Amino acid sequence: MNEPADPTPPPSLWEIFLEFLLIGAISFGGGIVAYQKILLTEKRRWLNDDEFMACLAISQTMPGLNAVNIAVLTGDRLRGVLGSIVASLGLLIPGVTFVLVMGILYLQNTDHHLANLLLAGVAAAATGLLSAITYRLGHRQFNHFKSLLIVFASFFLMSIMSLSLPMVLLIMVPISLLLFRPKA
Amino acid sequence: MVSVLIHLVLTFGTLSLLAVGGGTAVLAEMQEVLHQQFQITPDRFLEVYSVGQLAPGPNMTMVVIFGFQLAGIMGALLVGLAFFLPSSVLCFWIGRFWNYVGETPWRRAVQNALEPISIGLMCSGVYAVGKSALDGPLTIALAMTAFMGVLFTRINPVYVILGIGTLGAAIKYWQPGLL
Repeated sequence: MNEPADPTPPPSLWEIFLEFLLIGAISFGGGIVAYQKILLTEKRRWLNDDEFMACLAISQTMPGLNAVNIAVLTGDRLRGVLGSIVASLGLLIPGVTFVLVMGILYLQNTDHHLANLLLAGVAAAATGLLSAITYRLGHRQFNHFKSLLIVFASFFLMSIMSLSLPMVLLIMVPISLLLFRPKA
Repeated sequence: MVSVLIHLVLTFGTLSLLAVGGGTAVLAEMQEVLHQQFQITPDRFLEVYSVGQLAPGPNMTMVVIFGFQLAGIMGALLVGLAFFLPSSVLCFWIGRFWNYVGETPWRRAVQNALEPISIGLMCSGVYAVGKSALDGPLTIALAMTAFMGVLFTRINPVYVILGIGTLGAAIKYWQPGLL
């Protein structure tokens, strides 16, 4: 590491854990990456904008949840492998605790009429939310024939042909890489 | 019991590495595999998914509920590890590798190539969830309201979901015959 001398020492593992615990606890309704950007680059200044965008780019390229991947990469930059571990644990603990408590309560009385009605309404609304997120992330893809073709083919193989996901990726990734390969 | 745990770890470990572009990309596959191999009905899948929508942090933490339902607290723990650890370890090493080699045109190419695939798979996720969630005019209207609410207002999506979910429950409770 030959980075320019930094007057502020790197944060402790405990500080990293608490910061990500906070992100995990307050980021309701998705969009966690936006919370991470604000807290990590503006409030804490642990990363500058370029570093954050580089982490985000790798997170989007790799499998896994973007927010978790960003926690892993930020943790590693700050405090190595232990930093990665505490950052991702912090991010996940609030949500896991919530779903476990709710899940256990729900599984214990699955035939609670009102709870079922509420979940049915939430499920319908969640379908709308998911469509909106897909649209927001994908609308740029819909303008390019090449991208639109890949979007449609992936959906078609998965949902209409009912192929398994590994099979869909085995077919689509090489085709898409060929189409999007860097220009020599 | 042990065989269920091993089966769960293998299933969610595989899903972890297949989640290109995030958790939503594996939603359709997860629903299918849980139905075929663990007898979790699409309706139950949808209920658990809905609980995840109300959770803080990443919505996909809801996977631990499947682990809990099938194999208790041990199941929840192992499913959580299996779903989040493999992709994180991969990202960790690739991240270090990338710092070492620096940015190359291939990273951008890989991201550009995976993006439309992951959007296509997200559409599959919407399709899978929608097929069981939208069962009549009322739920379709609720979904469209949520879609508009998220896209055209700045209200936090969790309030949109809670508000519309409650509205739906109220209509079905007091006017079960309507729609």
